[in-house]
Amino acid sequence: MMRSPSLRTGLLAAAALLLSAGAAARDLTVVSWGGAYQDAQREVYFKPFMAAGTKMAEESWDGGVGTLRAKIQGGNNNWDVVQVESDELLLGCEEGLFEKLDWAKLGGKDKYLADAVNDCGVGAIVYSFVLAYDGDKIKTDPPKSWADFFNLQKYPGKRALRKGPKTTLEIALLADGVAPQDVYKTLATPAGVDRAFAKLDQIKGSVVWWEKGAQPPQLLASGEVVMTDAYNGRIAAANDKDKKNFKIVWNNNLYTIDSWVIMKGTPNKADAEKYLVFVNDPQNQKNLPPKIPYGVTAKAATPLIDKNVLPNLATAPQNMAGALYINDKFWLENLDKLNQRFNAWVAK
Amino acid sequence: MSGSATASAAAADPAAALRQALKRSERREQLKAAALVLPLFLFLLACFVAPIGAMLARGITDSDVARILPRVTAELGRWDGRDLPPEATYAALIADIRAARDAGTLASAATRLNYDVAGYRSLMFATGRSLTGELAAPARATLIGIDPKWGERETWMSLRRAGGPVTDFYLLAALDLRHDAANEIVGAAAEQAVFRNVLGRTLWISGMVMLLCLLLGYPVAFYIARQPPARASLLLFLVLLPFWTSLLVRTVAWVVLLQREGILNNLLLSLGLVTEPIRMIFNRFAVYVAMVHVLLPFMVLPLYAVMKGIPPSYVRAASSLGARPATAFRRVYLPQTLPGVGAGCLMVFIQALGYYITPALVGGADDQMISYFIAFYASKTVNWGMAAALSIMLLAATLALYAVYNRLVGVEKMRLG
Repeated sequence: MMRSPSLRTGLLAAAALLLSAGAAARDLTVVSWGGAYQDAQREVYFKPFMAAGTKMAEESWDGGVGTLRAKIQGGNNNWDVVQVESDELLLGCEEGLFEKLDWAKLGGKDKYLADAVNDCGVGAIVYSFVLAYDGDKIKTDPPKSWADFFNLQKYPGKRALRKGPKTTLEIALLADGVAPQDVYKTLATPAGVDRAFAKLDQIKGSVVWWEKGAQPPQLLASGEVVMTDAYNGRIAAANDKDKKNFKIVWNNNLYTIDSWVIMKGTPNKADAEKYLVFVNDPQNQKNLPPKIPYGVTAKAATPLIDKNVLPNLATAPQNMAGALYINDKFWLENLDKLNQRFNAWVAK
Repeated sequence: MSGSATASAAAADPAAALRQALKRSERREQLKAAALVLPLFLFLLACFVAPIGAMLARGITDSDVARILPRVTAELGRWDGRDLPPEATYAALIADIRAARDAGTLASAATRLNYDVAGYRSLMFATGRSLTGELAAPARATLIGIDPKWGERETWMSLRRAGGPVTDFYLLAALDLRHDAANEIVGAAAEQAVFRNVLGRTLWISGMVMLLCLLLGYPVAFYIARQPPARASLLLFLVLLPFWTSLLVRTVAWVVLLQREGILNNLLLSLGLVTEPIRMIFNRFAVYVAMVHVLLPFMVLPLYAVMKGIPPSYVRAASSLGARPATAFRRVYLPQTLPGVGAGCLMVFIQALGYYITPALVGGADDQMISYFIAFYASKTVNWGMAAALSIMLLAATLALYAVYNRLVGVEKMRLG
């Protein structure tokens, strides 16, 4: 049976009206990582940005390029600005999920840390993998480098490392005396990979492997290990909340950057750009680190940061010296083979 | 009308009518029986057989590359594998990569190719980025100009092997095997080989847990079977108690007990039995302890059920005929408990094969069983083909053991109670 034309047209018109109303009514939607981090962002970025006159909504996500792929390919993307990790930035940009950024609007590429600049994304925060130990347990002559991490004679006991080749192989090479700028060059050769595993062999029997970022502070607190690699934010949080005396060795830390991206084809592109300009203003960025110990990406912001907070940040000049930027492009290529080799090595 | 025809036939032959009526009522009974089973059958089919079958199929099928790069897959099907493919194949690849790049589907194909050859992913994307506008040169020269890898036979062999529709890539990888450049099956490089070792370890840990359960469970079941009913049911309740606690809680409880500054170490230290904490967690010892604890009821219950059914008069008869207690036990009692031993061992062993959470939480890196790697590929690297191939290995090992058991003991002799 045919519906009467007038009814059908009416329904279609109503649907079209609803759809267009929905699209037009959607405010700029900004997506971040939730938790204490997004609480800090709300105070420092979201509320002042809205006070400056643009309506916005916020959401949280757990990462995964598949989520973004589904949004774009499904055709009903409702996110505009998303904070992504470095591998999602790389994959999503390659697959065309993000708008290319107009760097002139953002004040030019020179305004930012070199690693924070990407075709599709601008860095939001900088954080590190660091060596951490309990200052109450190691009081005299504490470890100062990854080489000390591998020194079983001087610092007997177990150590913890993140399970997986990414970061672990870099640390092994740094401990073996490879300069930060040569780490990925070395790791790209079979001999370099052998060298990293040979270094790891030295401490293999003494390693406890962790998988979740919350584990390293627990392993230190329970005395299970004397040293660990860890996210610097987790160590700071343990000192802050649980009144621990964990110490961080920044020497040769491994850092990475989370970035802001604009989703492809967003109807709110102008507002999204306005938002990126706002959060990249050094005067605004300088307020984030006092709330949560992550470094920010505008070069001019770092000198403005509270002097008590600065030493806890990956972006402090003394911490940046000798730091290694985790190369996601290398890992995207080599993770399959090195995962397998790492699994084979760790299981033997 | 058929009704009246039947009626007239019935009038003609009452015996045939009776037969028909009987058949009809039998059919009705059968339908009723089928209707009773049908919901469960459909449920199992929809929620168990179909998804597991679909998942396992991923271990032997390879559809991404053929779907995303159809032209070059067809061309490579005709390639003899000697030298380099002809110009037409290069042209087909260019057309495919352009189409896939514009459709945004290049990533899945590139990911699959990168499993086999590290670097294939960026080769595909770099090629896609470089292919803009009209070609200035013939297809082959263009591609080799973009990356000399397109001039290597192995690049094309790998692409051909990924063309599906079926593949042995994942299954071979799950057995530490691979195709070499000449397409022969060879062992994986020593530093890449992991899965044979893991499969052996899985069988070994399961076997040890089974033996420990038997050694610990047999005397308990023997004791309970000889208690008066009231006490026996209390003891059985205690055996069953762990069943009502979550597996995760029981495993984490072992972490609390065994860790370096845990309850057990503190006790030993305060008693002066040790001078510094013993390492009892993140090693094989902890895996055995926690798995035996979780699986012990599956051993005790079938043993108890079988022992309960053995009349005490048999052993008494053996004694009255002059057998010493040990002989009576060995020659009369023990053989009668074998069906329970078989059932308990099979239940414990097969469950232990699939253990994941317990070794992951209390074991070290070299105590992980095959399920850990299945989870690793399924959720961490999202390589479902590899996860499926390892699942096939696990399923095959389980079925093979079941068959061996059936051959040696006979499943019909197995008694659960």
